[in-house]
Amino acid sequence: MSSSGSDSEVDPGNGPEVDPVLDAAIAEAVRAEHARVVGSLVRRFGDVGLAEDAAGEAVVTAVETWRRDGVPPNPGGWLTTTAVRRALDRLRREQSRPQREREADRMDEASRSDALPLGVVDDDRLRLLFMCCHPALAPDVRVALTLRLVAGLTMPEIGRALLTPERTVAQRITRAKRKIAATNLPFTIPAAADLPARVAGVRTVVYLVFNEGHLGSTDPVRDDLAAEAVRLGRMLVALVPDDPESQGLLALMLLTQARRPARVVEGSIVLLADQDRSRWDRELVEEGHAIVRRLLARNQPGPLQIQAAINAVHTSAATAAATDWRQVVALYDQLLAIAPSPVVATNRAVALAELAGPETGLLELDLQPLADYHPWRLARGHLLALLGRSEEAETELRAALALTSNPAEQSEILRRLAAL
Amino acid sequence: MSEYLLSVIHGEDNAVPEGTDIEAVFGAVDAFNTELQAQGAWVFAGGLQPIGAATTVDAVGAETVVTDGPYAETKEYLGGFWVIQAADLDEAHAWATKASKACVHAVEVRPFQGE
Repeated sequence: MSSSGSDSEVDPGNGPEVDPVLDAAIAEAVRAEHARVVGSLVRRFGDVGLAEDAAGEAVVTAVETWRRDGVPPNPGGWLTTTAVRRALDRLRREQSRPQREREADRMDEASRSDALPLGVVDDDRLRLLFMCCHPALAPDVRVALTLRLVAGLTMPEIGRALLTPERTVAQRITRAKRKIAATNLPFTIPAAADLPARVAGVRTVVYLVFNEGHLGSTDPVRDDLAAEAVRLGRMLVALVPDDPESQGLLALMLLTQARRPARVVEGSIVLLADQDRSRWDRELVEEGHAIVRRLLARNQPGPLQIQAAINAVHTSAATAAATDWRQVVALYDQLLAIAPSPVVATNRAVALAELAGPETGLLELDLQPLADYHPWRLARGHLLALLGRSEEAETELRAALALTSNPAEQSEILRRLAAL
Repeated sequence: MSEYLLSVIHGEDNAVPEGTDIEAVFGAVDAFNTELQAQGAWVFAGGLQPIGAATTVDAVGAETVVTDGPYAETKEYLGGFWVIQAADLDEAHAWATKASKACVHAVEVRPFQGE
């Protein structure tokens, strides 16, 4: 994928000697470094629009140069240096602002002696994340801005990810940039006293980004988004090591990500019960389990920690049949008690069906009718099929099919319909 | 440093919430003003008469039209304001939090145009 400024998108099919392997490496380097480059420029110039445009121009230059010379050993430093030069050029061209020009010259001096220490760069990514998740910005704006600035997605990609017209996304992001500039929104990690409240907002955005990667609205999976969310989760945990919910989020993402290799096979979603467990990423599973064990010892449960614990139970079982459903249901009970929602109730009903039979699960499911929520339809169709009520099952599965736009899910639902 | 307008949002009756000790509110607002001044954040502040005192003057057309009452028919109006200086929006929000607690009303934060 490409990652660049708002006006210029990279076209990998346009240029001399196109080498798909090199182009993929370039795209990956650009994507990985995007947030650091933008973050570093926002810190230097305090102007998000300028930072993004300059980063975009640097990417265009990078693609040209790297196609000829290969990807440099420090692509982040290369991109940042180039982007800083572009930004300085741009500031100098704005002659109506002599004060800024002086500032630009001063910064130029600073940038020559600045060896771009990596620690500071990572800090910039985190600051960028907090800026994008500032409470002065509306929640939907925070998500769009994070996907744009931190994850480096293009406008069409964000539009697809959020199921929102590209134009609307572009307007949201433009308005957000204007508000950031007009209000002097700080590019800082909040003070200790404000941190807990702000971290909760950041967690929500990171989890939304992860979910979009894990189960995209249109693409079966977006591994880059999920991986970005995990990276952000790790940064968050490093920033607030004593926050159990941030740890819970990281464990939840790791344990979900661990199952990724078995979850989508030949473009179709494979449900947990049918997954080839030998394909799970054991390293991620172990890391997730270790975090969950530490969290259990702390005993300050929150919704994300409980969800992580549920995933730990699933990933502890050697086979689907060996799953400790009693513990899963107990954890869902705990989750319902502290964070009740129809979605949690739906998941609990599915677990209960495993423990007490499809009839009990169905009764439980029908206590919370969620006609517009496709997992509910899917669960109902599944239980009806188990009970041999094929006609009703077909109705539910068709309803579920109409409610999801993810092709891998659609493919799985069609398989179930055929099996009825 | 940026300048921000902190607007106090009043209902039509200009009243503080029921059961509020009005003298305590005056005292809290005074203390807040003193703190603003001590920190060098104070630019200007003022409380406004109730919305019934408003007149609207519209001289955009050829004739000047003077109307008794506010321009917009809403349930909530500007009741008073502070103009403050702050390093960034977070600092302005911190002042707004104190302002809202002191005057017992919601406070809108809005930056002035720069340059």
